Amino acid sequence: MRLDEKLALDAFRQDEEAHIRLAQEICAGCADRVCVRACPAGLYSMVEETGEMRVECSGCLECGSCITLCARGAVEWNHPRGGFGVRYRHG
Amino acid sequence: MAASDRFDVVVVGGGPAGLSCARETAAAGLSTALFERGEECGAKNVSGGRLYLGPLADLPAGFWKDVPLERRVVRETLTLVSGAATASIDLRSPRLGEAPVESRTVLRARFDRWLAGRAVEAGAMVVPGARVDGVLLRDGRVIGVRLGADEIEAAVVVAADGALSRIAPAAGIGGPPRPDRLAIGVKEIVALDPGRIEDRFGLEPGEGAARLVIGDPTRGIPGGGFLYTNRDSISVGVVAKLDALGAAGPGGPETHALLEALRAVPEVARLLAGGETTEYSAHLVPELSVDDAPRRGMPGLLVAGDAAGFVVNHGFTVRGMDLAIASGVIAGRAIARAASGGDPATAAPALYERGLEESFVMRDMEAARRSIGFLSRDRLYSHYPRAVCALLEDMFSFGPGGKGKTGTALWKSARTGFINLRGLADLWAMRRI
Repeated sequence: MRLDEKLALDAFRQDEEAHIRLAQEICAGCADRVCVRACPAGLYSMVEETGEMRVECSGCLECGSCITLCARGAVEWNHPRGGFGVRYRHG
Repeated sequence: MAASDRFDVVVVGGGPAGLSCARETAAAGLSTALFERGEECGAKNVSGGRLYLGPLADLPAGFWKDVPLERRVVRETLTLVSGAATASIDLRSPRLGEAPVESRTVLRARFDRWLAGRAVEAGAMVVPGARVDGVLLRDGRVIGVRLGADEIEAAVVVAADGALSRIAPAAGIGGPPRPDRLAIGVKEIVALDPGRIEDRFGLEPGEGAARLVIGDPTRGIPGGGFLYTNRDSISVGVVAKLDALGAAGPGGPETHALLEALRAVPEVARLLAGGETTEYSAHLVPELSVDDAPRRGMPGLLVAGDAAGFVVNHGFTVRGMDLAIASGVIAGRAIARAASGGDPATAAPALYERGLEESFVMRDMEAARRSIGFLSRDRLYSHYPRAVCALLEDMFSFGPGGKGKTGTALWKSARTGFINLRGLADLWAMRRI
């Protein structure tokens, strides 16, 4: 099963306000890109043409791996506002 | 909510630690508010899937009234993986499913919602959908919490906000999350009808199985796979240490690929065949030595459950929920006792610390003090699973030209795989877990 198919099974209540923000100037100088591998939802991707690191907040499982692993401090992360984000039905 | 709201106790986080605490303080007659950022309690919570009831045997029997747990675990399997080969140690014993050592599989959405019901029944005000944004500090003590523009005062605040606690660091105890003290767990719920679960795992109705899978799927990263049978689904997942995952570098594995690798092991695939995945989840797990644990209190604040690092990794199993419930109960009782004195904000942390020291929580945390060091040895996750599978393949196989002396073949295999300096060092270090 593909990752996007797995994420489609989860219930989300999407906040219009992004709860993850990236410091692009730091991401631009990063070769490691541990966020790309670590994110269990595969939400991080580098847009090679523009050199921009993208994060898709809408499938976030709110684990916090990205903020824990980014040694450069490029990830600004907050919990989604109360009542928003992933809603596990089994857990 | 009015800006003048004031409670005896404010609990942050509606998981087992927070809800157990709120239930105690509310039952003791203290005005108690609990804030949970999820749409309901349990909405953000994930665990591998098993609650050990044995350590919680001291709780009054009424505590467990109508508890929605899944299956009684009567079968424990440890499976080592080397390529398509697997070697398992399998224990099936009715004793495992009986008091005083009983453990049961659990799904958190259901369990945490039940526990929230118990807290409300006791008189606590449980507020879901409410994110706590910070703490109120005055003269070095915590005097309340902030939700957006609302300030809510409390004699005592309890941080039970999980592995990624923001409340304790906001109050100045505990720092940002560290990859060397956390693991990432990813998990799927695979729906399967009860009859097929029981056939495949060799169970009677109501009985459950737990399986730990060590080897190739985690690609040398400390951690492992797990399977737990629920009533009509199987929890299957992988836990991997974050520091090792990061250190693997740009060519290293992707977190979600580890779970796919586990599911691809033929022995595992067979157990899940025909099942339908219904949920995909991820959560951090504290994995730290008690020596590195954050402080558990300061004037006006107690820290409980995962937020305090209360998880014990025994190697073959990781326990957190029983410690969370126990630490929540101990925190609640400490606050209730402190409330009768003049300065609960100062008395509660001291009583909490003493209560923890006298309980299995600190006893087990201290006993496991050096286990994380042992369990970080990557040979456990790559070399040994391969060596065991290779040795057993030698033992059970007979090729052209005859086998010769079985003992000689086994000795040769054992000598290269286990009986060497590194093997002896690992064995010696094993006393730490």
